[in-house]
Amino acid sequence: MIRDEEVRHIAHLARLELSEPDLARAARELGSILDYVKKLEAVDTADVEPEIHAVSISNVYRKDEPRPSLPRDEALAPAPSHDDKYFRVPKVIE
Amino acid sequence: MTTAPLHRLSALAVRDAVARGEVRASDVAEDVLGRIHGLDSKVRAFLRLDEDGARASAKAVDAKVAAKKPLGRLAGVTVAVKDVLCTRGVETTCASKILRGFVPPYDAHVVERLRAEDAILVGKTNLDEFAMGSSTENSAFHVTANPWDLSRVPGGSSGGSAAAIAADFAHLALGTDTGGSIRQPAALCGMTGLKPTYGRVSRYGLIAFASSLDQIGPMTGDVRDAALLLSVIAGRDARDSTSQPAPVPDYLASIEDGVKGFRLGVPREYFPESIQPAVRDRVRDAIDVYERLGAEIVDVSLPHTDYGIAAYYIVATSEASSNLARYDGVQYGIRADGARSLVEMTSRTRTQGFGPEVTRRILLGTYCLSSGYYDAYYLKGLRIRTLLRRDFDSAFAKVDAILCPTSPIPAFKIGEKVSDPLSMYLCDVFSVTANLAGIPGISIPCGFTAERLPVGLQVLGKPLGEETILRVARAYERETDWHLQRPPLD
Repeated sequence: MIRDEEVRHIAHLARLELSEPDLARAARELGSILDYVKKLEAVDTADVEPEIHAVSISNVYRKDEPRPSLPRDEALAPAPSHDDKYFRVPKVIE
Repeated sequence: MTTAPLHRLSALAVRDAVARGEVRASDVAEDVLGRIHGLDSKVRAFLRLDEDGARASAKAVDAKVAAKKPLGRLAGVTVAVKDVLCTRGVETTCASKILRGFVPPYDAHVVERLRAEDAILVGKTNLDEFAMGSSTENSAFHVTANPWDLSRVPGGSSGGSAAAIAADFAHLALGTDTGGSIRQPAALCGMTGLKPTYGRVSRYGLIAFASSLDQIGPMTGDVRDAALLLSVIAGRDARDSTSQPAPVPDYLASIEDGVKGFRLGVPREYFPESIQPAVRDRVRDAIDVYERLGAEIVDVSLPHTDYGIAAYYIVATSEASSNLARYDGVQYGIRADGARSLVEMTSRTRTQGFGPEVTRRILLGTYCLSSGYYDAYYLKGLRIRTLLRRDFDSAFAKVDAILCPTSPIPAFKIGEKVSDPLSMYLCDVFSVTANLAGIPGISIPCGFTAERLPVGLQVLGKPLGEETILRVARAYERETDWHLQRPPLD
């Protein structure tokens, strides 16, 4: 079970706007998935380490050398709004 | 010289015919594009074609042949690419409205590798939005049909690539597999699909879903073509620090060596009551073939299998909620109109841009990672992951490879599962475990149900055990002709 209030909070954290009917539906669907996931509680994992990756990977270092990157105009081209140097967004500070 | 149409040949056969000068790459491209134009209105495997690019690549190959220049390993071979892989100059959307209009300024590593080997890229294939789904019905643009029965799904999320291979719209295809998204659609479309070991193939230019699980792999008409394509795309790439430095063998070299003396494990947990009887019977028949071929069949146990789906949906959605935070309407894709603040712009863009399943998974992942629930869900999922990995370690101490079904059910009807997310998730019960454990797996066709729907046999291997699973898969394929059968489309 998950309360509508919790879904509202989660949606805000994820930057999603849910209408009231969508919110109720999301609560129902998430509730049933979370009920299913509860079956994991039956497994004793007190002495089991969590694995972020299944394959053991260590840090990979490279030399800190300058090299060409994507040209600025190509990086800006896919943006919905940009000028010749920057991405454009609504005003953040008044 | 063969009499089969060019689109029907294997990639190896096309490559060799082009190299010998028996066939022009331009004729291969025209034949394949003609077939797509004739039949893709029924299947809808593609989101977009790159006909100009395909013709230009084919012409370049023909010029090399004429000038007797050395040819790449895929010269003249057509390839379809799942639309989650960046292609320079060709729109890449992940089948999501939020990336509509995104034209990547660079190629994914695997796409670079295809071009370097003189392949002909014909187009981008449909998928579940951001690769989240098991039916390709979650595409924001259209539904893809299973070429064996147009009223059924092709599986997913690489459903467009699987359908394209089944319909002979390309000789090879690339898919991606986070929880079964290569193997399950390959099984449902009666084709071959290989998920490599985590880190075997660079993910540079693969638009991320769940970074610790995602892998790119071949989807093909037979096992030898899968080996060929894997030989091309595997290997270390400095732009993906999780790509593994192990040398890449020629996967075709030992592929015909058979299974005599191999120990092949059959995990009892992969044959539950809920599995469809026709699937169980076809897989059991395939196991009998292996026994006849001289393999020793060994009963093994993977005791935590039943917890795989729950652990997977926690881990995958947690990673997805973080990866998909980047879609804020600033750097690429769409932006909602009329917002007065940055937060409003971000929220509106995401709400308008993401479909229902992606929204659901972002919410679930955000919940699992949120304060107060992190230990109970995310960390618990990772601990179960450790147990699943240990299950496989113990099994592989006793056997060379594992045989099991790829999917508990064959292709289901379009619309049948869309209203019940959990029932869709349960389709992945036999495939998510390989992603959580990081091991390679291949699905090959092993027969049909009474309704003539394909059934897939899954061969799982040790980490970096691709040579072994390809060899095991090929041994069965040599004894059967399932891989040569095609749906009655025309």
